[in-house]
Amino acid sequence: MTDTSYDIQSKAGPQEAGFGDYFALLKPRVMSLVVFTALVGLLVAPVPVHPFVGFCAILFIAIGGGASGALNMWYDSDIDIVMKRTKGRPVPAGKVTRGEAFAVGIALSAMSVVMLGLAANWVAAGLLAFTIFFYVVIYTMWLKRWTPQNIVIGGAAGAFPPMIGWAVATGGISIESVLMFAITFMWTPPHFWALALFMNDDYTKAGVPMLTVTHGRKATRTHILVYTLLLAVVTLGISFTSIGGPVYIATSVAMNAWFIWGAVGLYRRDEMTAEADGYKAERAFFKVSLLYLFLHFLALLADAALGVLGLGV
Amino acid sequence: MAIQKEHEIHQRRFGRNLGVGLCLIGFVAIVFGLTVVKVTRGDPMQGFDHAVRPEMTEGN
Repeated sequence: MTDTSYDIQSKAGPQEAGFGDYFALLKPRVMSLVVFTALVGLLVAPVPVHPFVGFCAILFIAIGGGASGALNMWYDSDIDIVMKRTKGRPVPAGKVTRGEAFAVGIALSAMSVVMLGLAANWVAAGLLAFTIFFYVVIYTMWLKRWTPQNIVIGGAAGAFPPMIGWAVATGGISIESVLMFAITFMWTPPHFWALALFMNDDYTKAGVPMLTVTHGRKATRTHILVYTLLLAVVTLGISFTSIGGPVYIATSVAMNAWFIWGAVGLYRRDEMTAEADGYKAERAFFKVSLLYLFLHFLALLADAALGVLGLGV
Repeated sequence: MAIQKEHEIHQRRFGRNLGVGLCLIGFVAIVFGLTVVKVTRGDPMQGFDHAVRPEMTEGN
């Protein structure tokens, strides 16, 4: 889209939105991560949950996560419109107005928290409310535009779902749920910094103080390596809790070896080489990071399933 | 006079209305389902008949 076409569209006002445009406000791709990790948190917990209550709880957690996405799009529409990655979102594309995004976000936030409280318990509902608050107010409104550590602290918002899932089953918080939170929390920085390495122009244009913009790419590569090592400590630490089993340990050792090897590779690369091959290694590291998180949670689920079948260690 | 020709915008509006309608039906089904589950598995229920029993006030 050129600047000229943007002017014409913004003057013409928003088009009439379809149902899919409102659904897109909820960031369905992010929601899938929320659903999966929350489900794992719920299923690995030592207390069984009625399947229908479990289904509803996951649904309300997903809606709450989606609602915070809508509020993020309401507040960040000025940034989204200048970034290539986000300018197709419903608000910058002129399909949904900012006011509508705000209304959808607030209404769904309130509904999801109240319904989760009624369906499961108020500890889980409180955690969901805090997650929405953290993502919208702490991350979107405050940290994102203010500090290069935005991703580090803001990552907490995406890390809460397994903890909420655990709270749905147990009604509380424990070392296992805190460590599941820590997996996503420690994983977020290397994941997003790898993305920022090959999407740097976007963040520079939008004026978002990503580490790549404020401290340069070399420092970002060092940060990725440090956080990858810290992440390995956290993920391997789960092996020593009640939810870690043989599948998890094997998966974690293999994935950490692969991830650390990738991070060391990124650390050693210089910008000339990276630019020459179109950030091939950075893109590969980003893809491995997605697999890393998915397989860790899947392994937790596998060990829980083995336990149910009486095959657990 | 009724509109003879359907515009694309009408289809989009219909899709939106249908989506909202299905969401509302789904919400009603969920509330109903939760009620059935909570009642049948015997979650503690007191006060539904406005009668005060000793176990409700114990410890207060």
